Amino acid sequence: MSRRPLVREVPPTTWFFRHPRYMRYMAREVTSLFIGAYCLLLVVAMQRLSAGPVAWQGFLDALRGPGAIIFHLLAMAAAFYHAGTWFNATQKAMPLQIGEEFVNGSYISGAHYLVWAVLSVAVLFFAGVF
Amino acid sequence: MKERLVQLEVLRYNPDTDTEAHFQRYEVMCQEEWVVLDALNKIKADIDPTLNYRWSCHMAVCGSCGMMINGEPKLSCHAFLRSYEGVIRVEPLAHFPVERDLVTAPDDFMEKLKRVKPYVITKQKKPIEEGEYKQTPAQLMKFRQYSMCINCMLCYAACPEYGLTPHFVGPAALTLAHRYNLDSRDEGRKERMEVVATKEGVWECTFVGACSEVCPAHVDPASALQQLKIVGSIDWIVEHLLPGGKP
Amino acid sequence: MAKSNKPVVWFPFAAGGTVIAFCMPVIVVLGFLAALGHVPPGLSYENLHAFAAHGLGKLVLLGVIALSLWSSAHRVRCTCYDFGLRADTLIATVLYIAAIVGSMATALFLFRI
Repeated sequence: MSRRPLVREVPPTTWFFRHPRYMRYMAREVTSLFIGAYCLLLVVAMQRLSAGPVAWQGFLDALRGPGAIIFHLLAMAAAFYHAGTWFNATQKAMPLQIGEEFVNGSYISGAHYLVWAVLSVAVLFFAGVF
Repeated sequence: MKERLVQLEVLRYNPDTDTEAHFQRYEVMCQEEWVVLDALNKIKADIDPTLNYRWSCHMAVCGSCGMMINGEPKLSCHAFLRSYEGVIRVEPLAHFPVERDLVTAPDDFMEKLKRVKPYVITKQKKPIEEGEYKQTPAQLMKFRQYSMCINCMLCYAACPEYGLTPHFVGPAALTLAHRYNLDSRDEGRKERMEVVATKEGVWECTFVGACSEVCPAHVDPASALQQLKIVGSIDWIVEHLLPGGKP
Repeated sequence: MAKSNKPVVWFPFAAGGTVIAFCMPVIVVLGFLAALGHVPPGLSYENLHAFAAHGLGKLVLLGVIALSLWSSAHRVRCTCYDFGLRADTLIATVLYIAAIVGSMATALFLFRI
């Protein structure tokens, strides 16, 4: 009897269609494209800010319009999805053992969500949104 | 007892005659509370004795009956027929070569398992008169979860990075490395990190998390691998950036 | 096989991922308000300039932008691989250089303020 194992190749460009969990993973990874693009916008913003009040006003004016709104909505979805997946992962990467038992993972992620909420509200407050 | 006619679509491959695998449809009368493995056993007994698959304990302990059931890596002894509707598609574990029908070749995993030295390593053996190696419950809890692995390879079948880059050491082997690294009796961390912290080791992982979702023993390999990345990074900083840290 | 130098890129990726998670949603929300035409007072030239003129403000802005850039660059690299683009060395080089250039430019702009 011969040994002739059959090797099944994984399709390198379409593998993630095989299972919803792979699609969720790819969604998480793809957020980086929008967040990366937004980071570049922030670099431009710093340049405009350093160039004086007229340049900054020009930047703010250019930021208005339907295109910018759609871009911001996409970036916002990406940023929130990233935040959720990241905070959920903290309990896996940084488990906390007190005495014998490990602290329930939802407390670790929950603490991150709490700090996030406080920080975000504080930033909005100091930016004068409310 | 209630009975139900179950349809299964099983992947067949005979290395002596086939160049490709194909699906074969079976219809078999099953008890309501049966699992997929029971259905396969019934097929083999009553319909087609040529069907090949591995199994042993029938109680999710031995880890030999892993298969893809409707595209999901599962222990077939743990996959209840009542949770499936319509035709159930049964394939050999993904990412492993098919030896015959539902039997895969685990050679690659076995080699990797050996490579991470999944056993307690001590620099000096303690003479028996000195007594046992003691461990507190807290020290045990540190790694207990990771010691539950039954080597069923479902995590390898779930991990797309292993499928795309087969040299990746993979979830179960790396998790066992972490399990022994965390053991208070062990002194082999340095040796294991020589495998764990290579390009083929933990750094191929992109934290898909599929391994933990399919693990029948709730080992959570994804958590072990993320912790190994942090350990590996701290090691790197100590070795390269701290004075006198160079090994 | 020798140990990998991957921690050099992974550690800032992890740090940046944390920074993005904590800071990016609220930053994008502020930008979104501006895009809608309701520029928050904090984004007026006077206020933002005063913030960036302070040493601590500079540090915060540079830290957030540089780490987020690096983290995104690293993840885009992995995403390219997952989409089947196998020129990993080229993609990684381009993306990491872009992140470094972006960070250096940010530092320069902030220095000028």
